Amino acid sequence: MSAVDPALFSSLDPPRLAGSRCASCGTVTFPAQAGCAKCTGTDLTRVELADRGTLWTWTVQAFEPKAPYRAPDSGFVPYGVGYVDLGDVIVESRLVGDPAGFEIGMAMRLTLLPLWSGPDDAPVVSYAFEPTGAVL
Amino acid sequence: MSDTRTEVAIVGVGLHPFGRHDASLTGMAMGAQAGRLALADAGVSWADIGYAVGGSNVSGKPDTLVGVLGLTGVPFVNVRNGCATGGVALATAANAIRAGETDLALVVGFDKHARGAFAASPADYGHANWYGETGLMVTTQFFAMKDRRYLHTHGLKDRLLAQVAAKAFRCGELNPAAWRRTALSEDEIMRARVINPPLTQYMLCSPSEGAAAVVLARADRAADLCERPVRLAAVAKRTRRFGSFEVFAPWLPPEAGPSPSVFAARAVFEASGLSPADVQVAQLQDTDSGAEIYHMAETGLCEDGAQQALIDLNETAPTGRLPVNTDGGCLANGEPVGASGLRQVIEVVLQLQGRAGARQVPDGPRVGFTHVYGAPGISACTVLTSAT
Repeated sequence: MSAVDPALFSSLDPPRLAGSRCASCGTVTFPAQAGCAKCTGTDLTRVELADRGTLWTWTVQAFEPKAPYRAPDSGFVPYGVGYVDLGDVIVESRLVGDPAGFEIGMAMRLTLLPLWSGPDDAPVVSYAFEPTGAVL
Repeated sequence: MSDTRTEVAIVGVGLHPFGRHDASLTGMAMGAQAGRLALADAGVSWADIGYAVGGSNVSGKPDTLVGVLGLTGVPFVNVRNGCATGGVALATAANAIRAGETDLALVVGFDKHARGAFAASPADYGHANWYGETGLMVTTQFFAMKDRRYLHTHGLKDRLLAQVAAKAFRCGELNPAAWRRTALSEDEIMRARVINPPLTQYMLCSPSEGAAAVVLARADRAADLCERPVRLAAVAKRTRRFGSFEVFAPWLPPEAGPSPSVFAARAVFEASGLSPADVQVAQLQDTDSGAEIYHMAETGLCEDGAQQALIDLNETAPTGRLPVNTDGGCLANGEPVGASGLRQVIEVVLQLQGRAGARQVPDGPRVGFTHVYGAPGISACTVLTSAT
């Protein structure tokens, strides 16, 4: 198993996303970046992001996007997309689960999303969020 | 009194209809045609033009047009600011007039897009490749997610999206230059193919083909060139600030901030000395029907959440109190990106001159407003007023 881009993760097992925090103003970004969009500071350190949050908005990608999108080996199937509020940052993410149940404010947790097979047949993964099923 | 030597007026307009055209007709050829129509409308020739600005996203370098319009040596600036290209091009030409570089300028925009949704390159927007490969870099996803969040936050119903689209196609039906000229019922729009829920295919504009051009003149020359010149009272453009929810954004801060449209609209009203309450006809970026809804509020034309009542009462139709996108907007015309903002300006000019035909706003509107918004978070607005 390998990450579609190692810079996204602080760890794959258990899955945790990596971002950055600005030393001057505390702004958290995802992915990590070199300059702060809020205060223009350049002293940013890498941080691990929360793996739980709430669904901020969502949609479903019902048509196959053009390149550089890469469909799974078995072909395109519609998928959920959303923004998940992790407290100090809201991240855009693929969503796993039945969209019929998606609702703004619902509890979500981080998971891995197999994308396609790599050169050695091992899965290449990205991140996704899925409903925890917990009642808020 | 204002100084007519630094004021700018629109004295000619030209539109190559938007839509789908013959494969052999290039974007640049449409641009040349729109340019010639605008020159003819102003009663001037290309040789009279002292400054030109052109915009195209995908159909070539606009300054190449000198090869077909004539090699007069005119300074020609190219603009490529996504969906905001038209507004930025207009501002650039107006500033050249104000700076005394010329007293007559041509602004032209054109594009001929491939069918289907826009494809974007992650690197062009400062993202690594994963963002595109994993299927997160699709403009229509953003439209759907901003709409859902906006409707949710302000207690508006999904059906409002269909109401806006139905109004757009009713306007398209009245506009001989529109691409989509068949009215559709709200139910037909709601039941159509889902693209990105809550958006169906008729709630999203399609990339298309077309061109638009305007001739600008220093105000003291305008009366000689045009029976009913339209004053460019102000034009303003802004990029995004921290906290706004933008297309192609892998993250947002939890502290929400106003969009660039808010700042561009504030700036243009302040510079014009007019307020949103003075606007009698408006053209807003309606890349999807939700965008028309929230842009009404972002530009100050109404309060957040007030759209439901306005639209239920048909107030945004040409005959309403706040006519919005009277030519059918992007929804009925499609979006050739480089030309779209100038189409809006042309529609407002026609409305202020009483030349808008079956979709004419009654009682001679005298104040118009245009607004474009585009990736990666830019907006340009104009206030246009009747000069006579």
